Amino acid sequence: MSQLSQNLAAGEFVVTAEVAPPKGIDLAPVLATAEKLQGVTAVNVTDNQGANMRLCALVLAGELRRRGIEPVLQLTCRDRNRVALQSDLLGAAALGIENVLLLSGDHSKFGDHPDARPVFDLDAVQLLDVVAGLNRGVDMAGKPLAGTPRFFPGAAVNPAAEPFELVLQKVRKKVDGGARFFQTQAVFTRVELERLAAAVAPLNVPVLAGVLLVRSAKMARFLNSSIPGMCVPDEVVARLEQAADPLLEGVAIARETVGWARTFCQGVHLMTLGHDETIPEILR
Amino acid sequence: MIISEAKPLAELQEVLAPFGRLFLVGCAACATACKAGGEEEVFRFQEWMAGQGKETTGSVIIDEACHIQRAARDLRHHAQAVAAADALVVLACGSGVQSISSNTDKRVIGALNSLFLGNVRRFGQYEEMCSLCGDCILNETAGICPVTNCAKGLLNGPCGGMKAGRCEIDGELDCAWRLIFERLQRQQRPGVFARRVPPKAWSRRRKPGRHKIR
Ligand code: SF4
Ligand code: SF4
Repeated sequence: MSQLSQNLAAGEFVVTAEVAPPKGIDLAPVLATAEKLQGVTAVNVTDNQGANMRLCALVLAGELRRRGIEPVLQLTCRDRNRVALQSDLLGAAALGIENVLLLSGDHSKFGDHPDARPVFDLDAVQLLDVVAGLNRGVDMAGKPLAGTPRFFPGAAVNPAAEPFELVLQKVRKKVDGGARFFQTQAVFTRVELERLAAAVAPLNVPVLAGVLLVRSAKMARFLNSSIPGMCVPDEVVARLEQAADPLLEGVAIARETVGWARTFCQGVHLMTLGHDETIPEILR
Repeated sequence: MIISEAKPLAELQEVLAPFGRLFLVGCAACATACKAGGEEEVFRFQEWMAGQGKETTGSVIIDEACHIQRAARDLRHHAQAVAAADALVVLACGSGVQSISSNTDKRVIGALNSLFLGNVRRFGQYEEMCSLCGDCILNETAGICPVTNCAKGLLNGPCGGMKAGRCEIDGELDCAWRLIFERLQRQQRPGVFARRVPPKAWSRRRKPGRHKIR
């Protein structure tokens, strides 16, 4: 059983972080970054995030695992059909990777290969069903597997999205499909987090609040205009704008979010984007 | 109907360069309706070719260029003009072009790009609402197709990119899942939200399609 699943089951407040595979083949810098991370239970490895082509997440997750760092492998439906997804999942299981975060994936048009054919052969709900099947020892075709994986599948939810009742419809499908934890997209307001936590509480699935370190007002505006589903509220942008030291302010904002998460959620997922040295401050 | 549009003239100029004498084919159905390959467009194309110093040996507007036998018959009726041409230029969708190319070994030049199966909002404004997936889910989705109208073709609800009910790929577009959700609410039924829709049987879409109605 993964440490993440054990800690969540034990009701501990869980902290996860995130690394991105390199654009290229040198893993040394990202592995060094990951090795320096402190106080985190598991580390997400992003999958061609934002539809930008990078080294295979599976390989980096495997390398983390070899170094005793527990990965959460992100897997999107954007770039692989059902055969490739199952094949990668079996590969992950063979490398001892148990935590998987199953996502639809940002549309190809946002990335650096906008002419790529988006796949979306499966959606995230269907992929959860597939993982549940693999955990029972059968693939999508009903064929038995030699050796049974023990995946701990998670899913994403955007607490800021409207209409929220529609978001919840999908949350319920994800829980029915076997999601064992939720990881939210970046959250910036207390009410959103409270609303989500209240809605998910009856489903008995732990929620990790997504906490994004926004380093400047400029970055906030970029997130709002260019990153799917991202919504940095005006008040937050204004705070960053007026701050003497925007990075410090960003850390303070992130720390507040962590505070709300301590009240409403079972943990946080920190996205510090290369400023991992701020993690102890954010968690203080 | 099939929505098509003219290829860029520069592209056509290049592909037509080796040919001096051409026979033109239009289509009286979709390509006429979307003003890409009707009588008028064929005439204008002929004028444009004349400006390029090329001769038109003849032309025909086929009733429905996608009808293979009808295309064969019309070409036979213009056998002389076709024979006199170095190549045929077809102002019809890709289907139409292939009705022609399956009836002659002469070079056949497609002059249009075929875009999608389109509904007509009003003249000149077409919307793609069905992508012919072969496994229709409309009855559960309140008559709104997520395969086509959701940018990702998701079958179980919206992605995390939906923002204020709009689609992540274009803030002007409504998220298809919001539209489905709202209409199902008005119809007071859970529809597609009552179950986890299994993965689509894309084998139904296996190419090339052949279908026989007995
Ligand atoms: S589900 Fe959509 S694409 Fe498939 S047949 Fe129905 S309307 Fe067409
Ligand atoms: S925002 Fe809605 S329509 Fe757009 S890709 Fe996501 S689910 Fe599909």
